[in-house]
Amino acid sequence: MSTKTFRVFFMFLLLAIMAIPAGAAEPVKIGALFSITGPPSFLGEPERNTAQMVADEINKSGGLKGRKVQLVIYDTQGDPTKANQAATRLIKEDKVVAIIGPSTTGETMAIIPIVEKAKIPLISCAAGVKITEPVKKWVFKTAQNDALAVARIYEQLQKRRISKVAILTVSDGFGSSGREQLIAQAKNYNIQIISDETYGPKDTDMTAQVTKIRGSQAQALICWGTNPGPAVIARNVKQLGLKIPLYMSHGVSSKKFIELAGDAAEGIILPSGRVLVANFLPNSDPQKKALIAYVKNYQKRYKTEGDHFGGHAWDAVMLLKGAIERGGDTPAAIRDQLEKTKGFSGIGGIFSFSPQDHAGLTKDAFVLVEVKKKKWVLAKE
Amino acid sequence: MENSDQIIQYILSGLSNGSIYALIGFGFAIIYNATGIINFAQGEFVMLGGMLTIFFLNVFQLPLITSIVLAVAVATAVGVVFERLAIRPLKNASPLSLVIITIGASILIRGAAMLVWGKDTHALPAFSGNDPLYLMGATMLPQNLWIFALTAVIIMASKLFFQYSIFGKAMRACAFNSQAASLVGISVKTMVLLSFMISSAIGSLAGIIIAPLTMTSYDMGIMLGLKGFCAAIIGGMSSGLGTVIGGLLLGILESLGAGLISSGYKDAIAFIILLLILFLRPEGVFGKKETERV
Repeated sequence: MSTKTFRVFFMFLLLAIMAIPAGAAEPVKIGALFSITGPPSFLGEPERNTAQMVADEINKSGGLKGRKVQLVIYDTQGDPTKANQAATRLIKEDKVVAIIGPSTTGETMAIIPIVEKAKIPLISCAAGVKITEPVKKWVFKTAQNDALAVARIYEQLQKRRISKVAILTVSDGFGSSGREQLIAQAKNYNIQIISDETYGPKDTDMTAQVTKIRGSQAQALICWGTNPGPAVIARNVKQLGLKIPLYMSHGVSSKKFIELAGDAAEGIILPSGRVLVANFLPNSDPQKKALIAYVKNYQKRYKTEGDHFGGHAWDAVMLLKGAIERGGDTPAAIRDQLEKTKGFSGIGGIFSFSPQDHAGLTKDAFVLVEVKKKKWVLAKE
Repeated sequence: MENSDQIIQYILSGLSNGSIYALIGFGFAIIYNATGIINFAQGEFVMLGGMLTIFFLNVFQLPLITSIVLAVAVATAVGVVFERLAIRPLKNASPLSLVIITIGASILIRGAAMLVWGKDTHALPAFSGNDPLYLMGATMLPQNLWIFALTAVIIMASKLFFQYSIFGKAMRACAFNSQAASLVGISVKTMVLLSFMISSAIGSLAGIIIAPLTMTSYDMGIMLGLKGFCAAIIGGMSSGLGTVIGGLLLGILESLGAGLISSGYKDAIAFIILLLILFLRPEGVFGKKETERV
């Protein structure tokens, strides 16, 4: 090969390399942090699956303004330190334009300073009130606040003229946040908490607590936890013959709970996103179409039912999609458009963000559901 | 509801949990006496018992009793493999490094269980129904009776085994003085293997009888293992009545503490007792000063 032909060839090669990005638009890189393993994997796994599914669906139908979506997913294992490292990596090395997740409140709080400093929009999939109160410029979330779930339960208790309740909460982040809300809101609904018990996340027998509650004057029991604790409590309640109504949190709003609690699940009422009872919703419900499509697609791809938790990731990706389609795809443009989102019908509820509200949901995001014959149905209001 | 009824209820719940702690503690004591090792993988055999039963029951659709027998057999086999691969090759290692190996093994078993069965919790059906029984104003489930009965049977059987069978006597001889035992022709290695077999079988049985009440998941073994360890310490690491009483005492104190003081301190109570005993009476509440470890 002569020097001249080599030069020509080299020039051609250079041009070809430069031409690639111009021909096929670079993908939009979105970071995702989920606890795919570790204790909160019941959140992270469906979230990861859902985010991947939604991204694939977007790409199949032409992408975002002609650009493919590329998800960069890291597993945080429920560990704030790992979340912190992964967030830094997403921003510095992967150069993502936005981040969805993490799955838990603790992890989210750990990475808020990073995204605020780097000016990258974050849509958290965790429920803690403090994520968006006070409002942080770059932080949004899709999971419903615990406060809204508590309000739903108290409203019904008030209608049933129940004023004395016992609460039994798990001693982890989810349980103590629920406990705080239960105590804080009680007097707004003229409710008196006469027994305040806790249990450990790994406890396997709660008969002592339930016995104590049986000995009190409580007219209803509210239990706040995630599987398997509440299922054990449901069984203990049945074993001890406690006859008062049993309420649970949205933390157990999945088929799995009924499977674990068995017959003891019958009659338990809890606040949940609408996804659990999608088929029972009236056709006029604006969320119904998205919900049924989500459940069906998830079932088809992963062979299990899509749940409430995966829904948080669905909402996060779709909110980003809306923001990018309406505005630009720079972090700042995405943030501004996210804040302008109005009336978006997602899985978790109908989102309307504003500069004062980055959580975007009202208590209508929850419906009360009840276990009847081993199935979730809408509870009578 | 009367206060005394509540107390009876606490004691009943405590006895039922305590029986399980006693069985797990028993497993600790048997291995400790044969080898001087605290086997921190003991809790994982409890988990294996529950998970394997559910596995045979649901995946192979076998009847409950067959599933239980198979689960105990497989868990025992795991115990044998564990002893063969991890303990025996290091016979001259110090007890401390062997203890660390058991911790490693527990992480391995737990991880493998997570990969095979996933992270979900599983429920095992009760052996005979879920209708509560009433007793002096307190209630319990038929499963509680199963727990009491099986615990009693297992403990009596092992008592007979250690007192009267030739293998049991040989194991006791090893516990007294392994060198002298080997001089009179007892194979110490076989006795160590046997102790691992017995304790993994007892551990897995404990996991099976409690699974209908507590449900079971890949990580349930840690806490139960620690509680069983407490029971064994209270009992002075004896594989006799001491550990049984230790387990029952722990269960009752835990349940009374959770009911009468605060449920937030339920686990703390177990560990406070453990620390107190380690500080004040390291030979156990029922141990003699010059403890004969049988």
